[in-house]
This record gives sequence, C-alpha cells and structure tokens, in this order.
Amino acid sequence: MSFLQVTNLSARIKGSDHRLLRGVSLTVEAGEVRGLVGESGAGKSMIGKAILGILPRAIEITGGSILLNGTELLTLSPAERRRLIGASTALIPQDPLTALNPSRRIGPQITDRLVDILGWSRSAADARATELLDEVQITDPTRVLRAYPHELSGGMRQRILIASAFAAEPKLIIADEPTTALDVTVQKQILKLIATMQARHGTALLFVTHDLGVVAKVCQKISVLYGGLVVEDTTAEAYFTGPAHAYSRALLAATPKYTNPEASLLPIPDAVIAAVQADVDAYDRRVP
Amino acid sequence: MADARALVHRRAGLRLWLSAGWIALVAAAALLAPWIAPHDPLAQDLFLGRLPPFWMEGTEPGYWLGTDSLGRDVLSRILHGARIALIVAVIAGTLTCLIGATLGLLAGFLRGWVDLVISRLIDIWMAFPPVLFSILLIAVLGPGLTSIIIAIVVIDWTRFARVVRAEAMAQGAMDYVASARVAGRTRIGTMLREILPNVLPTIVVLLTLEMGIAVIVEAILSFVNLSISTDDPTWGGMIAEGRTSVHQAWWVLVFPLVTLFLTVLAFSQLGEGLKDRYDPVLQ
Amino acid sequence: MQLLRAILQRLLTTAITLIGVAVIVFVVVRVVPGNPIAMMLPPGATDEDIARLTAQYGLDKTIPEQFLIWARGVLHGDFGTSITARQPVLDLVLGRLPATLELSLMALVIAVILGGIAALTGTRKRDTLTEAGIDITNGMALSIPDFLWGLLLILAFGVLVPIFHISGRVTPSLELPFTTDFYLVESLVRLRFDLWLDIVSHMFLPALALAIPLAAIIGQLLKQSLKETMHLDYVTLARTKGYGENHVILREALPNAILPTLTLVGVQFTFLIGGTVIIERLFSYEGLGNMAIDAVINRDLPLIQGIVILFAVIFTAVNLVVDLLYAVLNPRLRHG
Repeated sequence: MSFLQVTNLSARIKGSDHRLLRGVSLTVEAGEVRGLVGESGAGKSMIGKAILGILPRAIEITGGSILLNGTELLTLSPAERRRLIGASTALIPQDPLTALNPSRRIGPQITDRLVDILGWSRSAADARATELLDEVQITDPTRVLRAYPHELSGGMRQRILIASAFAAEPKLIIADEPTTALDVTVQKQILKLIATMQARHGTALLFVTHDLGVVAKVCQKISVLYGGLVVEDTTAEAYFTGPAHAYSRALLAATPKYTNPEASLLPIPDAVIAAVQADVDAYDRRVP
Repeated sequence: MADARALVHRRAGLRLWLSAGWIALVAAAALLAPWIAPHDPLAQDLFLGRLPPFWMEGTEPGYWLGTDSLGRDVLSRILHGARIALIVAVIAGTLTCLIGATLGLLAGFLRGWVDLVISRLIDIWMAFPPVLFSILLIAVLGPGLTSIIIAIVVIDWTRFARVVRAEAMAQGAMDYVASARVAGRTRIGTMLREILPNVLPTIVVLLTLEMGIAVIVEAILSFVNLSISTDDPTWGGMIAEGRTSVHQAWWVLVFPLVTLFLTVLAFSQLGEGLKDRYDPVLQ
Repeated sequence: MQLLRAILQRLLTTAITLIGVAVIVFVVVRVVPGNPIAMMLPPGATDEDIARLTAQYGLDKTIPEQFLIWARGVLHGDFGTSITARQPVLDLVLGRLPATLELSLMALVIAVILGGIAALTGTRKRDTLTEAGIDITNGMALSIPDFLWGLLLILAFGVLVPIFHISGRVTPSLELPFTTDFYLVESLVRLRFDLWLDIVSHMFLPALALAIPLAAIIGQLLKQSLKETMHLDYVTLARTKGYGENHVILREALPNAILPTLTLVGVQFTFLIGGTVIIERLFSYEGLGNMAIDAVINRDLPLIQGIVILFAVIFTAVNLVVDLLYAVLNPRLRHG
C-alpha cells in the first residue's frame, strides 16, 4: 500500500469541457521522492493542489480517487479533510516572497499549525521552531523568529517555509516548484537543503518541477506530464538512461545541463509535440 | 453560484431603466404640475386640516394623500415641489460640473502653479463641513433659488475638480498626448481634443450623481428653513413641517420623504449604472 | 531626514489649510447682510448705543484689521465673545464639543461593526446569492445620504415602533450628576447605567443615520480587498495547514486587507463628522452642529467663526491620526 495513491484523477474548468487533468495516476511510497515534471500548463501543480484540497473554485474534480494512507480524500467532509491534510502533509510553496503573511511575525507562522491544529503547548512549539531554524541553517533564530517577512531575503524566507513544512513531521510533503522563484546560486543551496531534510526526516516528497536537473538530483521516481496526461511513469535511473516516450526524451534534451549550462538547448521538435498531442486526443476520444 | 452572478448582472440593466423611468416621471410631474395637481398647493383650508390619505377613515374626496396642518393638499404640494427639486438638480448640477471640471482639467493638464493653487483650494474646501458651509452661504446670500444654486456650486465644485484633475493627470502622461503635441497641437487644443473626450464619461457619471446631491442639499436647506420663501412648496420644507407633527399626521412627512428618497436613489443608481456600463475610470 | 521633511511639509500644508479656512469664514460672515449688533439690542436703542457696541465687538474696523485682531486673540486662546450668548466662544464651543465627539465616535463604531460584518459575511459567502444581497444593500445604503436615513429612522423607530428617543441628548427631567460634558462616558464611569441607557437610546438613531453610508463604504471596500487577499499564496498555505475558512479570513486575510480600507475610512469619517451638523438638527441633539445652525440664523459672527475653525481642526486632526495609524499597522513602515 503506497502512502499516497492517486488513481485516474480528472479535473476540468467548471461549466466547460476544458480538461485540466486526464485520468492521472501516480503513487508515492513512504519516504520516497517522486518528481512530477512537465512544461508549464501541463497540470503538474494542479495535482498537488488537488491532493491538498486547495484547487481554485473555478476548477472541479470530475472523477478518480486520492488515497492518503488508505483514506479516500475526495469523499471526506471538508472539515475532516482539512484536519487530515493539516496533520499529515505539508506544502513547500513556489514563491517565498508571497507565501509568508506580511503582517505576521515569522515565529507564529511556523508554530501556528503545531499549536492550533495539533494541540502542542506554545513553549514546546517555540522550542521546536528554534530547533528547525537551526536545522535549515539559519543563524540567530531568536531574531528571525521575531522578524517580519519583509526584513528577510528570499532565500531566507524559503528556508523558513521549508522549516515550517517539516515542523509537524508530516508523512508527505508536496514541493511546488520550490526553487523556481529563486536566484540560480540560491537554488542549489535550497535544493540541497530539501534533499537533506527529506533524507533526515524520512518524509515522502512529491516534487513538482519543470526542471529535470532538479529531478535528477533528488528524485527516485518520475512522472512526466503533458496536457494533464501522464505520458511516462518510471524510475529516475531508467529515465535518465533512456526514457521510453519520445516526449520524455525530447524534454530531457531540452534541459540545460548543470555541467554545461551554456550549451545550446534543443527545442522540442514539432513532430514530438504532434505525437504526444495525439495521445491526449486519443484519451479524449476514449473517455468522453 | 454562477446564476447568482448572472442575476446581479441582469439586475444592473433593470436598475438603469427603473432609475431613468422614475426621473422621467418626476420630470413629467414638474412640467405638468399646474395641470395635473388636484388643488392649489398654497390654498389653505383650516377645516380640512390633517386629513389622512385616501384609504383611511375620515378623508375628503380629492385629497388623495391627505392634507397638512393648514389644510393644504399633500399630493399637489409634492407635484409642485418636483419643479424646484428638478430646477435645482439640473441648473446647479450643470454649473457645478462646468466649473469643477474646468478647474480640474486645468490643474491636471497644465500642472505647475495652476495645479498648486487649485489643489490648495481643494484642500481648504475639504476642511469645511459642507452642510454648515452651505447654510452659512445661504445666510449671506439671502434665501431664494439663485442662492441655493450658487451655494451648491461654490461647495461642490471640488467633487468634479478632484476626480477630473487626477484623471487628466493620468491621461496627460500617456503617449498619445505627447504625440499630439509633437504633431503641432497647442496646449489648449490638446486638452480639449485629446484629454477631454477621455474624461467625458467620468464627468457624465459625476454629473448624474451631483444632481441627486443637489436635490438633497435643497431639501436640507429647506429643512433648516433657509431655502425658498416658506410659501413655495418644496420637499424639504414639507419634510420639516412633517417632522414637527409626525406623531399627529405621519403622512405629511412620509409622502414627500418617500418621493425625495426615490428621486435621490434614482439619480445615484443611474450614475452607478452608467459608471458600470461606460466608465472604465471610476469602476 | 526624509521623514522630517515629510512631517514639516505636512504641517505646513495643514497650517495653510487652516489659515485658508479662517480667512474664508472671516470674510464670508462679514458680508452677511443685517447688523448683528442692531439685532441684539432692544428696539428703541439709540444709534450711539449701536455704535458703542459695534466698537466693543471691533466691528467698526476694516476687515483685514479685524482679522489681525482676531488672529492675535486666537493665538492666545481667545476666540472672541458670542454676540447672542455673551460668553466666550471657546467656552461655548468646548461645552458642546463632547456631545458631537461622542455622537461621531459612536457612529464610527457602529459603522465599523456593520461594515465589518457585511464585508466578512460577503467574503465568507462569496459568489453566492448572499454576497449579491450584501452588494445590493451596500449600494442602497451608499446612495442615500445620512439626512434621509435619519428621517427614515425617525419614522421607523420613533413613530411606527417607538423604541428609541428621537429628540435631544438625554431626557430633560433626569438629574444629571455629571461634572464633564462627556455624558456617555461619564455615566459609564459613574456606573449610572440607568442614565447610560437613556443617553444611548437618545444617541442611537442619529448615530446610526450617520453610520449607514460609512458602513456601506467599509463593507464594500473591505470585502473587495479581502476577496483579493484570499487568492494570495500565504492564505492558500494556511489552508494546507488545516485551517478553516473563518480562521483564514480573520487571521490571514483581514490584517492585510484592513490597510487599504483605513485610508479611505479616514476621509469618509470627516464626511461623517460634517454630517453631524444636519443630523443634530434633525434629532434636536445639543451638539456643535445644532449650535452652528443657530449661530448662523442669529448672525453670531464670532461663534460661527469659532465653530467652523474647530470643525476644520477636527478634520485635519482625523486625517493626521489616520496617517499615524497606517504607519503603526503597517509592519513595513514600522520597521523602516
């Protein structure tokens, strides 16, 4: 039994036949890291949002199932679902500049879940926050916990969000493009930090990204998404040695190498796009 | 969920028509008052004092909405009151608009010391309590229709000036204005041909709203007994009188109040409706 | 340095505004037709009597001279003597100010409560019929000025369902043990809840009339910025922590949505205070505004000047307080 099991998940824009997810299935085992890759608009963030129950109101789930540790999320009442999600999962958001509340101090933003949802005492939660900031290599935690977000740099804020995500020892963390909004130099440090934290805490991680370089570094399993359709589901090793699907191969070829970032990139050939689009169309014919 | 939205949207069109309809009705009443009013609005008859409206006990035929303490017919007075209300609305509204918009346009487009003086004046005006200011002005000018109109213009020009100034400034910074200047337009020419048309929808909306405000100001001044000579029927004067005898004859207060309420509401809803439909600036 | 300059500039424009108000009022009240001195003397007074009193009030000098004399007095805290009441203007005005302040603040509190409820409910029930209903109510409340609301409230709760008083500040037959003119506050401090209730039942309708338009503005504006805030990342993040809608609105969105509303409420609050003039008249409430209208009718020049200046001072003070509040509430400004 996988910790997270998404089966045949479909979603569309309410009141239209614009499909966003087309029968997505994927699993994340306990302690495992799965990369969810695809170009922008492929629907990869949508999957994370569907799991966490934070889809925009205009989007509705039309079918499928999301099992979290054996519990079906889609049939729970909103309140039960919120409690379960809050207690066992966490999100590392994309943009650290907008993901912290500008009018609240850092400390309470890390400890609020522990105190309000999980019933920790305030002193225990405060101690935990200090310990976590230490873990994400923030010096002077006491000052930072009392600071407001605008007083800190983007990299600092992402560290804080990572600390906050691990605070309650969740079983699953969804990282939604956590390095995209950062400077290239900071990106590497943050990526390394997430990997270290994941390994130390043994948390399962669903890593949503368009950056295959990132995937290569931290993931064990990979799902490739195009047009809301999973076109490949494989291990990282198999993927980087020779992906099965032409689209995956083209995506890999289109990715800058850490070793040689200046090398010219191959655009994804039109023929490949046409082929993968044909898969999408075939799905739409099969599933009306 | 989506139907709630659609409902509100449909209502917006309805709102425009209802408001315009009511204003047309008031305008018709104002024009035709001498012919359609059942009685002379000034005729007193102490034997017919405080007659209730038609559906109650103890009425006299022909006095549909009852009479006030002096036996004057409430309906006839409301119809005649519409004249003063509309005259004030149209003349005061238009004059306020012309003066305020011109000053705002000049300040926003010419900038420099013109803007400095006008902005400072606006600041000073904003520090006056408007009602007190208008009462003060009427005391100075003496009661009468002209005084009311002057008072409204003197006090309310800032409403137009503030908005138009800001808008003219924003428009003046845009490329098309610069290119008009390069093409050889004079400053005044640019202002009138390029800026004014773009600010016009905003001005029309403000004008509609201002008409409603003018009606209210006239009513307020009548209420504190500083409007027209006390004989002429005005809604505000009727309300002031109705207020004093509200426990004995509520209808003397209610009918002019409802009329005033609907008229003010209509002007304001018409303005809001026009704003939603045509004005990208104020939305 | 920059802050200092901003403060100095602010003080300078405030001073110019206040001087401008003073000059305008001064000139306007002096072109009022009719000699106020002649009005206050009994019929049959001789021309010498009139001339003597005119000189006593300084009205025989040129307007600029009068202004300088008056301005010098004001700088020493002397606003002249009321012609009708024959008491120092400052005493009269300060005696009435508490009534108007209590009324305005009560109205502000009501407006914030009503507007806040409308905004929060509208956000909670966004995109439903409830929100549409709130929008329509707000639109109505906003279109109708305080004067009309006052009349409607008199009809509804003074006549049809007479549960509130519609005239005066307190029932005249009551013994008032007060030493200040802040009746509402003092009755509470002295634990005289009987008096407090009587005062509130006099103040509630005029305060509500003043509050309704402001409540609508707060409701509309706050709802709009709340709804915008609800889409932001930190709100979404809070949802994933397990927080429900109410908590998310109140703790995550509200503190950030209040700031844009606050500035506008400041300006609107000065409009509310301006509205007390007619509302006090309507409810025969013994405040500054009612006194001002009497002063105009009686041609009491020094008193009119004093009251208008006081209103202008209050308006500028409110704007200043709002700016300070903005700085205090905004962490970005607080920590420069």
